[in-house]
Amino acid sequence: MQTEVVVEMLREVGDPEIPSVSIVDLGMVGRIQAAEEGVQVDLMPTFVGCSAQRIIQERVVEKLRDAFPGSAVTVRFDLSEPWTSERITEAGREGLRKAGIAPPGPTLDDVECPYCGQSSAVLHNLFGATSCRSLYYCSHCKNPFEAFKPL
Amino acid sequence: MQRWTIEEAAANPERSRLVSELLWQLADDDMIIGFRDQEWLGLAPHIEEDVAFGSIGQEEIGHAALYYGLLEQLGYGKADDLASLRTAAERRNSVLVEQPNGAGHYLESPHYDWAWTIVRHYLHDVWETALLGGLTDSVFEPLADAAGKILREKRYHLAHQELWMRTMAAHDPDSRGRLEDAWRRVQAWAGDLADLGPSGADFEAAGLCQSVESIVGRYHVRVSEMAGALGLPAMECETRQNGRCGEHTEALQQALDTLSEVYRLDPTANW
Repeated sequence: MQTEVVVEMLREVGDPEIPSVSIVDLGMVGRIQAAEEGVQVDLMPTFVGCSAQRIIQERVVEKLRDAFPGSAVTVRFDLSEPWTSERITEAGREGLRKAGIAPPGPTLDDVECPYCGQSSAVLHNLFGATSCRSLYYCSHCKNPFEAFKPL
Repeated sequence: MQRWTIEEAAANPERSRLVSELLWQLADDDMIIGFRDQEWLGLAPHIEEDVAFGSIGQEEIGHAALYYGLLEQLGYGKADDLASLRTAAERRNSVLVEQPNGAGHYLESPHYDWAWTIVRHYLHDVWETALLGGLTDSVFEPLADAAGKILREKRYHLAHQELWMRTMAAHDPDSRGRLEDAWRRVQAWAGDLADLGPSGADFEAAGLCQSVESIVGRYHVRVSEMAGALGLPAMECETRQNGRCGEHTEALQQALDTLSEVYRLDPTANW
């Protein structure tokens, strides 16, 4: 069993709150140890209190059990290296835009509207529908939108 | 420096006792203030504040769950039981966080006090930020990792409360009066907040945290700077009961009765 194969499997696991982006592109997959007898995956939580964690963990376990029947599957959350928003891949950033969520900017004040691409948005509320998102209003195209928090 | 893993801390009774005493304070503070935050659901001043306080409360309880999870791994019992079934006397949260949000009850005539809620939460956020900053190089490795991670999230909580503090100070005489009143009243309860309890010096000696003086000092500097910026009087807090020693007010029992009501119906239920 190879690490790359495991990564490919995990590309099919999405965040339940952002289905358009896989956990690989969100940068949540840390160390993978893959061998014939078993596979261990360390996941990195985006936000510690995120209620989607348990669901993601269960989905990863299910995916790997189906893919590698007979192998021991261990999936745990690991904080030894903190997740940061810079771990989101370019494909992940594109997936976020498609879902109407602006990818994290360098600062809270520097965010591109996912609808018109202009950087003239006003922060409306630091806290949005989930821990990882804030609410903005685009003063160019007049759309409200959410943006991933820089962390 | 040789760091302690969970197993190494669990195997040594003195290490385990020290680590657990520090974790109870962190976990219980976050659990109880998270509960008070959630009591605002549907009642916050406007709908976006409802979303914000819901989010902040969820994150506080998420942080508490992480600390209770470490205690579970150290052998102190199941995390859910630690959160829900421990008595008031076993809790180590500060008495400040257990105080109600205001008069009334969230189901009936909740005459909650927003200014008090913000000032109290602001002080909690400043303290937690100062404390976590003093834990990022802790000898107990899982706590050092957690502190580094949680600090990144806390800055959003702190930014939110600071924005409210500035807004209330500057908006109009009514909001300013409410802020000044809350700032004065909170001092009766905030004496045990920036306090690491009777084992503080032992935490420091073991390398569990940086110097207690520097952690407490960072808290006071930040609070004084805010007072200066907003033209509020210097804070002089009283300690009536010390929650870090297990001394609590009736408000904690009321909070525990409510937050664990469903869990106590059947602690063996599978959630």
